[in-house]
Amino acid sequence: MAITRDDVLHVAALARLELTEDEIARLEVQLNDILAAVGKVSELDLSDVPPTSHPLAVVNVFRPDEPRPSLPLEDVFANAPERDGDHFRVPPTGETAA
Amino acid sequence: MPRVIDTLRLTAEEARGLLDRREVSAAELRAAYREAIDARNDELHCFLTLVDDDGNEGVPIALKDVISTKGIETTAGSEILKGYVPVFDSTVAARCKAAGLQLLGKTNTDEFAMGSSTENSAFGPSRNPWDPTRVPGGSGGGSAAAVSAGLTPWALGSDTGGSIKQPSSLCGNVGLRPTYGTVSRYGIVAFASSLDQVGPVTKTVRDNALLYGIISGRDECDSTTVDVPAVELPDAEDLKGLRVGVPKELNEAEGIEPGVADAVRRAIGLCSELGADVGECELPRSVEYGLPCYYLIAPAEASSNLARYDGVRYALRREADGYYEMVSRTRDAGFGDEPKRRIMLGTYALSAGYYEAYYGQAQKVRTVISREFAAAFEHFDVLVSPTSPTVAFKLGEKTENPLAMYLADVLTIPPNMAGLPGLSIPSGLSEGLPVGLQLIGPQFSENTLFRAGHALERAIGFDPVPERLR
Repeated sequence: MAITRDDVLHVAALARLELTEDEIARLEVQLNDILAAVGKVSELDLSDVPPTSHPLAVVNVFRPDEPRPSLPLEDVFANAPERDGDHFRVPPTGETAA
Repeated sequence: MPRVIDTLRLTAEEARGLLDRREVSAAELRAAYREAIDARNDELHCFLTLVDDDGNEGVPIALKDVISTKGIETTAGSEILKGYVPVFDSTVAARCKAAGLQLLGKTNTDEFAMGSSTENSAFGPSRNPWDPTRVPGGSGGGSAAAVSAGLTPWALGSDTGGSIKQPSSLCGNVGLRPTYGTVSRYGIVAFASSLDQVGPVTKTVRDNALLYGIISGRDECDSTTVDVPAVELPDAEDLKGLRVGVPKELNEAEGIEPGVADAVRRAIGLCSELGADVGECELPRSVEYGLPCYYLIAPAEASSNLARYDGVRYALRREADGYYEMVSRTRDAGFGDEPKRRIMLGTYALSAGYYEAYYGQAQKVRTVISREFAAAFEHFDVLVSPTSPTVAFKLGEKTENPLAMYLADVLTIPPNMAGLPGLSIPSGLSEGLPVGLQLIGPQFSENTLFRAGHALERAIGFDPVPERLR
């Protein structure tokens, strides 16, 4: 299952990475190498084996549903690239995804 | 006349004794480590940020730069987080503070803890105190090199595939990757959430147990944490009654250097001499399929975790006319090669049409690995192997070949997939460089690992001070 340049561009769009031409070329080679190595997992017949998503047998951890103070707004915005009052300011979103 | 403090030899336990007996003041202790940092950090580049007096009066400590510290820059070794100053403390940082530990600074790491050499740090690599032409391991190479070079008595790292154990091995330290869920991940820059664990890097096993006691335990802010058995400071000198298993595949894996195998074999011989029952065992598929399993699951989780770096709420932004363009441009500018590679790999493995074949299958392999270790622990209390197949390698040796770099963690990854604790202790030298012995136990068996590690440490008699600094 070789990865093509189009695959790289498709995945980069999903991952929101605007890659340079050099990066696209390099990733096409490297992702093929890496996938050839990790694709080894498909050698095993594991149709009867359940998946593990988490190493501990912890389920349904609850805490009392009590309101607590949140971060003050000044802290929330302390690292923001651009602030507009009580909002994060971003460029217009009225466009299709790259 | 002020007492001379030899930071290369002083353990954290001894430092605490000096403070308790008022033989040195907290300020004198801090000054001694700052002097060592001034003398050696330019060469070794262990610290990304140094912290001035924080008012605490206990033993000094350094924290890997993936650990959020309120008011102190936390970069995770990435350009995208340069200048990011957390507005809250991670739970482990808060617990260190509550225990009075003085923060010396934040240590270097591969970007987002992705790497085995610190060469992926956006701010330049750290160097190995035993030989500065070699890497200290990674991702927590800054913490390991700092402990080894006497720049801090102890430090915290984080370990996803081996980022505490492997650098501890390469620098001649004691490093614990604790059982998953014993140490809070709240405030830790996330890489792969089902694998990430914070743990101590120290000069001795007793120091390691002391620091693990400070940071471990259930935390309301991390629902994957659990209550932890009380930590016992080890003092036994023998291993009587301990059943030690030697998994064939972890000890005979391709790529283990002869000098590494020899040092580990000698340590296994010592286990018998100290009274342990030593026997062979097998992990038929865990080693062969562990690395492929990890390199599907960890990048998949990373691709999701790193989606938060979008130029909106914090950190870097590259301006653009439209929102999506801004996000894509920011991420391309801010992430280095390795995070990009893993985001791409993880996004691909999770994408429609490939999910079952890659991510789904890897999750099943994870079950297989857990079962194989569980079967081994029916007969043994502790399993042993080399921590790293090699001693410290040269800077630049593996940077052009991601797959070669990934193999540095081939022996640390399998137990990590099963959420098991692993302790790396120095077991001797090969070609003048430290070799680490990995002790693996069942979940929550940290006390057993400390006991075994302490007895072996005494018997091995390794000198943790790099020869060139003695």
